[in-house]
Amino acid sequence: MAIRLMQGNEAIALGAIAAGCRFYAGYPITPSTEVAEVMSRELPKYGGKFIQMEDEIASMAAIIGGRVGGLKSMTATSGPGFSLMQENIGYAAITEIPCVVVDVQRLGPSTGQPTAASQGDVMQARWGTHGDHPIIALAPISVRQAFDLTVKAFDFSERYRTPVILLTDEIIGHMREPVELPDFSTIKIYEHEVKEPPEEYKAFRNTEDSVPPLVPFGKGYRYHITGLLHDEIGFPTQRLDEIDPWLKRVNEKLEKHIDEIVLVEEDYQDGARIAVLSYGCSARTARHAVKVARSQGKKVNLLTLLTIWPFPEKQVEALGEKVDRVIVPEMNLGQLAYEVERVIGRKKVIRVTRANGEMVTPQMVLERMEG
Amino acid sequence: MTDHILEAHTLEQDEALIPPSNWFERSETLQKLRKNKKFPTIWCAGCGLGVVMGALIRAIDHLGLKNDDVALVAGIGCTARMPVYMDFNTLHTTHGRALAFATGLKIARPDMKVIAIMGDGDALAIGGNHFIHAARRNIGITALVVNNSIYGMTGGQYSPTTPVGKVATTAPYGNVEPPFPICELAIAAGATYVARSTVYHALELDKFLAEAIAQEGFSVVEAVSYCHTTYGRLNRLGTAADMMRALKDNSIAKNAYDKLSPDEQKVNTKIVRGILHQDHTRMEYTRMYEQQILTRVQSV
Repeated sequence: MAIRLMQGNEAIALGAIAAGCRFYAGYPITPSTEVAEVMSRELPKYGGKFIQMEDEIASMAAIIGGRVGGLKSMTATSGPGFSLMQENIGYAAITEIPCVVVDVQRLGPSTGQPTAASQGDVMQARWGTHGDHPIIALAPISVRQAFDLTVKAFDFSERYRTPVILLTDEIIGHMREPVELPDFSTIKIYEHEVKEPPEEYKAFRNTEDSVPPLVPFGKGYRYHITGLLHDEIGFPTQRLDEIDPWLKRVNEKLEKHIDEIVLVEEDYQDGARIAVLSYGCSARTARHAVKVARSQGKKVNLLTLLTIWPFPEKQVEALGEKVDRVIVPEMNLGQLAYEVERVIGRKKVIRVTRANGEMVTPQMVLERMEG
Repeated sequence: MTDHILEAHTLEQDEALIPPSNWFERSETLQKLRKNKKFPTIWCAGCGLGVVMGALIRAIDHLGLKNDDVALVAGIGCTARMPVYMDFNTLHTTHGRALAFATGLKIARPDMKVIAIMGDGDALAIGGNHFIHAARRNIGITALVVNNSIYGMTGGQYSPTTPVGKVATTAPYGNVEPPFPICELAIAAGATYVARSTVYHALELDKFLAEAIAQEGFSVVEAVSYCHTTYGRLNRLGTAADMMRALKDNSIAKNAYDKLSPDEQKVNTKIVRGILHQDHTRMEYTRMYEQQILTRVQSV
């Protein structure tokens, strides 16, 4: 394909279509609306369907219903809408229905500043719904990566039967960059394969890889899906001998595949004692600060997390062992820094935070390298 | 079985105790129930929900639909537990959201019959927004709303259909909020088939449900039921049988209602049973999307 100047939000929509998404349900909200606009225009060209629902709760419900009916599905929103979706995100997690939720973060809380950027939903993406549950969150740092990680989000959601949050932000969503997209026909997404006949099918049974294959409704495999605690055929149960193995499988399935799920970019220098760790739009700041520091003769490691949840503990721990100091710039009051501190200890972590809608500047990061 | 129950059913002792050996197999209704797990239901003895479930199964059966082609979607509450017992594609979702989930499913599979099963609180309080918008779109979903005027599962709180003055655990001095007329709301919002009956009139429910499921657009059947465990107890309305009888005594068929004078209609307090609205002129949503958008846009 030709090189095009494109917005992050447009790249997300095209990434979804490239990944085989054929159903989008959403509700307009700044700064994510362009995703819906592009989907409403492009999806029908691929035989896909778009609907503007009455609110974000309904949007989240509709995409789960769409995937139950067999269509790969997505919605996009921002902070306030993301909050409204939380109950049904938990439903998708516990019923193991694949779906992709794009959160183009804006400054909060509440209505906040709709046109200002933020990375304030890091913890909401992990713990926004009630109860313990598995979740994957990916954070792109460029327009091309917004496309690539949207494709990954669909692949992961299908592969592990889980909702995946594409945790981007106003800066990546509205930024325009020249990109060359790959030929959509070269993109492969995990497909569920069911070997057993309908009468033996158990949608929630344990398997070697902890991810039982999913069959859509209306294919002759009649079964029950519920948000209640359920057994391996989906029937509500209160028996601990049925609940415990199922809860264990659901909550451990991502851990089991952690090496495939964790995506990071490591740019390390021999002998460096300082590191910058970042993600999303702040990774652009981090990258620039490291470039400047290196041009001044400093040795600095740069770790960019593309997978935020599950948290890349192994990689962060290894970085912590290499250096004396890890600087974590982010556009909130230090949300991901909590996780970094948990893994490598508070003494080594330096937070560089800003939660007023303005980006953390490279200068703010460079200053903390000094003392 | 105690004598007075046998007497009420005019059954001989032996008849009640020994069912025919093929009692399960010979019932077409029972064949549509799930056989792989766990009965009895969670419903209280005497609840009207069993009647509604039977009516729904008979309606689907009457239309000759294959179990594979039917999806039942429910929210939360006593009524919403219905799908788990039935041998179709069944989706038990979050409180109030059955119609939103059903909307996604219907768009993905326009060929399937999608039925959303809700109580009055589920459909009209927490789910009221989805109810009016599903009707506005005229999407091909049948909304079966079982109206028992109370939140039963949580123990008897007032709902959007509790009559003024009635007592609930959260309305100890009597309810001061006027109830939603479910069918009139559905008609105003754009539903293209709207009917109401009661759990006393089981065969009428069969018929209305069959017609509703056959309707291409958004259809609503209000099945008026009762909750003797909470609403009946709090308001001293007697046993389940008493409340069932009250549905017979306090309802009127639409054709009889239509013959009343305007003055008589104005003071009528009985539940009007019948097909209240039907419209074959409005196009169903998924068909509209197919015709207006998918066939017009040039595919890539």
